[in-house]
Amino acid sequence: MERASTYNDHVVRQFTIMTIVWGVVGMLVGVIIAAQLLWPALNFDVSWLSYGRLRPLHTNAVIFAFGGSALFATSYYVVQRTCHVRLFSDGLAAFTFWGWQLIIVLAAITLPLGLTQGKEYAELVWPIDVLIAAVWVAYAVVFFGTVVLRKVKHIYVANWFYGAFIITIAVLHIVNSLALPTSLTHSYPVYSGVVDAMVQWWYGHNAVGFFLTAGFLGMMYYFIPKQAGRPVYSYRLSVVHFWALISIYMWAGPHHLHYTTLPDWAQSLGMVFSLILLAPSWGGMINGIMTLSGAWHKLRTDPILKFLIVSLSFYGMSTFEGPMMSIKTVNALSHYTDWTIGHVHSGALGWVAMVSIGCVYALLPKLFNREAMYSVKLIDVHFWISTIGVVLYIAAMWMAGVMQGLMWRAVNDDGTLTYTFIESLNATYPFYAVRLLGGTLFLVGMLVMVYNTWLTIRGSKPAEQAVAQPA
Amino acid sequence: MDLPTLRGLFTLILMIAFVAIVIWAWSGKRRKDFAEAARLPLDDDTPSPGRRGDPDSPPKARENMNHE
Repeated sequence: MERASTYNDHVVRQFTIMTIVWGVVGMLVGVIIAAQLLWPALNFDVSWLSYGRLRPLHTNAVIFAFGGSALFATSYYVVQRTCHVRLFSDGLAAFTFWGWQLIIVLAAITLPLGLTQGKEYAELVWPIDVLIAAVWVAYAVVFFGTVVLRKVKHIYVANWFYGAFIITIAVLHIVNSLALPTSLTHSYPVYSGVVDAMVQWWYGHNAVGFFLTAGFLGMMYYFIPKQAGRPVYSYRLSVVHFWALISIYMWAGPHHLHYTTLPDWAQSLGMVFSLILLAPSWGGMINGIMTLSGAWHKLRTDPILKFLIVSLSFYGMSTFEGPMMSIKTVNALSHYTDWTIGHVHSGALGWVAMVSIGCVYALLPKLFNREAMYSVKLIDVHFWISTIGVVLYIAAMWMAGVMQGLMWRAVNDDGTLTYTFIESLNATYPFYAVRLLGGTLFLVGMLVMVYNTWLTIRGSKPAEQAVAQPA
Repeated sequence: MDLPTLRGLFTLILMIAFVAIVIWAWSGKRRKDFAEAARLPLDDDTPSPGRRGDPDSPPKARENMNHE
């Protein structure tokens, strides 16, 4: 068959497999640092095993290696299927795969060595930042090049979300990483003081909004209708969802800087926009869940749909919790406590990881020419193990966080603090144990997925799939 | 015109733009186009020779067509 008449599934297969690999690696590092919080001796007095160096390794691995690979895999798959055309350039697509893997390996070497820019979620040193920018530009060329070549009139809404994610991450990454190098591994940011903090959290919160939300909403808008076998509940709602989400998210960053030296009006602006954000977030969630209306029975038999729909429920929970936590008075209690960690993981495990896992299970049989996964039963096992894991994790962190906030602010009649910091740490210990259990369960679920995937793809002969004629 | 006035006007323009998008999306003229677009994820697969009985194959999906 002529190349142009088939889909480029090779790069999708590569990214899909690496999604699982990096998921296991990133979550394993997470389990290790959760254990270190319980038993500090687990750093073995080795500098590159210390918590401060492994923690950014964990966040970079799960967000950019696991989540990033899932986004590359699904966006390349979805844009080809919904545009009825092969990817714009096989060479550039291969460059994005190998470039992204090289970046991940470099991150895994530099972060434990202590080479960092010290900006949360933007820790990597400047030469790696340059490489990220190059790969990202190639990604944009491949994605939008494919959209331009499309054989159908409409650009499906999933591609709008993927497109917004690609453009915005390019802008965020380049602006936040502007720095003056002093050596190969060291640089100074061009911003200073509170401006630096504001740029960092404009980047940081939009990394949540566009990397961890818009891109994964692209997955939601393709894979839920596909798996349910019916069109999205309301297409016009999806259009309004898109424009509302991307115009509001940009302004929410200042809520990371409540009660700091950031001007008060900027803090309030961030809070108000965070509250408004509830509307598009829940509009999108309802649109996804209601796609199943009239087909709810499919949830009973299809564990892939369970993953997708439960991920949306966690998305709804964390996008309700987020605006609440951005209210200044609530933030006064929650900020700097483990409540924040609980909130992040309800989004990261419950929403991002579960929707990615569901999509990977949907993709694997199609990519490796099988009728279904080796064991549908094991997908169900994975679903329940990870759901229990997430619930244990976030419940433990909620309780720990609220308790810490209350202990830190408690004062005696004479104005002295009721508790020392170490007392609040002691009281947190049992919750750290529950969190470790929850995280370990989630990792065990991933290992079940590895086993199921191995037996599904072993000995398979992936066939080139012909580009479908537009309906 | 001073800067605060310009900022206020900009906010107003953005709000009008958003309302315009909502009106555009809900106008009856868009219904047919949106219905076509919404079918895109369902009509995109040509089952490969090795794969039979794909639950998402177009004929079955059409039975469930959602009339919005």
